[in-house]
Amino acid sequence: MTEQFTPSPLFTRVERARRRKPRVRDEFITLAHGSGGKAMRELVEGLFLEYLRNPLLEKLEDQAVFQVNSSLPRLAFTTDSYVVTPIFFPGGDIGELAVNGTINDLAMSGARPLYLSAGFILEEGFPVEDLKRILVSMRDAAHEAGVEIVTGDTKVVQKGSADKIFINTSGIGVIEHSVSLSASAARAGDKVIVSGTIGDHGTTILIARGDLELETDIGSDTAPLHLLVADMLSETARLGAPDAIRCMRDPTRGGVATTLNEIALSSEVCIQIHEDRIPVREEVKGACEILGLDPLYVANEGKLIALVSGEVAEAIVGRMRQNPYGHDACIIGEVKPEPQGIVTMVTGFGGSRIVDMLVGEQLPRIC
Amino acid sequence: MKFIDEYRQSDLARTLAGKIAEMTSRPLKLMEVCGGHTHTIFKYGIEDLLPPNIEMIHGPGCPVCVIPMGRTDDAITLAREPGVIFTTYGDAMRVPGSKMSLLDAKAAGADVRMVYSPLDALKIAKKTPDRHVIFFALGFETTSPSTAMTVLQAAKEGVENFGVFCNHITILPALKAMLDSPDLQLDGFVGPGHVSTIIGTRPYEFVPREYGKPLVVSGFEPLDILQSVYMIVKQVVEGRAEVENQYGRVVPRDGNQRALEALFEVFEPRDFFEWRGLGSIAHSGMKLRPKYAAYDAELKFSVPGLRVADPKACQCGEILKGVKKPWECKVFGTACTPETPIGSCMVSSEGACAAYYNFGRLSKVAERSAANARA
Repeated sequence: MTEQFTPSPLFTRVERARRRKPRVRDEFITLAHGSGGKAMRELVEGLFLEYLRNPLLEKLEDQAVFQVNSSLPRLAFTTDSYVVTPIFFPGGDIGELAVNGTINDLAMSGARPLYLSAGFILEEGFPVEDLKRILVSMRDAAHEAGVEIVTGDTKVVQKGSADKIFINTSGIGVIEHSVSLSASAARAGDKVIVSGTIGDHGTTILIARGDLELETDIGSDTAPLHLLVADMLSETARLGAPDAIRCMRDPTRGGVATTLNEIALSSEVCIQIHEDRIPVREEVKGACEILGLDPLYVANEGKLIALVSGEVAEAIVGRMRQNPYGHDACIIGEVKPEPQGIVTMVTGFGGSRIVDMLVGEQLPRIC
Repeated sequence: MKFIDEYRQSDLARTLAGKIAEMTSRPLKLMEVCGGHTHTIFKYGIEDLLPPNIEMIHGPGCPVCVIPMGRTDDAITLAREPGVIFTTYGDAMRVPGSKMSLLDAKAAGADVRMVYSPLDALKIAKKTPDRHVIFFALGFETTSPSTAMTVLQAAKEGVENFGVFCNHITILPALKAMLDSPDLQLDGFVGPGHVSTIIGTRPYEFVPREYGKPLVVSGFEPLDILQSVYMIVKQVVEGRAEVENQYGRVVPRDGNQRALEALFEVFEPRDFFEWRGLGSIAHSGMKLRPKYAAYDAELKFSVPGLRVADPKACQCGEILKGVKKPWECKVFGTACTPETPIGSCMVSSEGACAAYYNFGRLSKVAERSAANARA
């Protein structure tokens, strides 16, 4: 797992198979195709990309970054749909999630979010009172983030054709500096930063479903992260290292593990994380323990992962901690040259293991 | 975390591993019978800590891995019956049948729902009286008491639209079959923890008595497993063979009488039950007693009950017996991966192949094993 790593024939054989061009062999779409893990990667790369390919889409970032005219700043554009159940949960609701999620997808490119659209698919019989509550959340979340919802769409479908309410939000933002962030930009020597405790949202949703009869005071971490990103970028500018941040991602579906795997594969590097440095709330750890889940794969809605140059990592973390949404930021690992495309973890117990992408469904429909 | 972190201390682990290394340099093969142990061994990288002479063999104790393909096909047939809601533990949904998995059947229109316990399935039955709810009952004595209690509850409440597709198995005949297998040379067993909370430690006493092998019932935290390995190696070095209980905080010698009574009340042994890779083992499976026939999905619906041969490429049998290591299977990690499992050892996170693929694909273990084989 270091520079001296010599792959065995087994490792080489398996990794060659793992990196085969993704193909969709399934006859039907299953829940696994939406879980943010390997099956979803197959669907996106093996199907959507094959039919809709263009230079912007094939970068497979969470947003497209483009320039309308060379004299104008670059724009970031993204879209996301929210089908969470239950629609109201401790710490937030589907409306707040829909606004913050899209803001965060813009923010991860370094953009300042400007305008959002909102599309609603409502199931016949959905209470107007609930819709009002959701709209209030969306208004407040947009207000807090300084964005406006400027266009939208509504469809009502027959009872049973949708689950209460689905919301799609798209967003547009402006990139006002020269930074270019990409999942393919990480390099050996970089540090891995996480902005706070992981697994809060996914665990909250699972408990809020009420199937498990667990009682905790965990809430979703849904939050807008663009100001935290702005702080990080201003810190690198202050340090005279504008390119120090290589990549940022919000680890939503599939959690931290899947996001790190995407970065390791895109950048062709090894990411090594340390279990005892990863911040996990005691309640989340406990709930995951009971359910046999790994918090590394559980969704987050108000956290980011940043791959940054080793020289400035401590300074960036220091600045992040001054922001309320980066209060628990810390360095959880580093980038090594080999073995490429792999995430490894030094366990708190003293051993080491691979942290692979999520396979199948860990928590159904969490965001 | 109280009662968890205490069992994950790396300094204690290193001390224990050091003591194990000091005791003997003789090559020893120890089998962890339970899939939960396999999962822990890989998740915490325990093989990294053990000295190279100690080889862990991953045994047949993953209930999902040992379900034969024909039974999965039967489950899918039941799930596709009109008016049925088929409920199952999550892991079982991805087990490949001869044509599809339950997850595929769900995507194709069957009403398959994941539940965390059979009581959840009973709740669904009470909420939907116009449908018939079947619970895919899987597992060893760890899970069978809760199925038994649920059947008793359904009978008490007179819930008529609930049934169980019973595939419960018992650990002792399987353990005996492993011990009788001539191609398996083991020096000791890490005994299953959860099963033993129900059956206790007394039923394992035939292992040292008749086969001269030590067995230590172990908990599931990484320090539990290391301590159990230490206890087994100590027995071997001292020339002893006994049943010892490392998991004393949970496992009593005589087990849980209430759970055993419920088990005996509801279930009786089948003459034979087929295990994937191990073949048919006498009295190793359980079925509902005639008294509870009203809850037996196999009697209420017709299932094909065909025996389906495992895919030719699949070497699950050898892997379950520890005769082959996962990476020695020719389809490991290429045609057979957790997302496209051919064999069930790759499906469950407790399966040896999936554990090795997900957590330990780096060459360390394979290379060490190859070096041991050469030595």
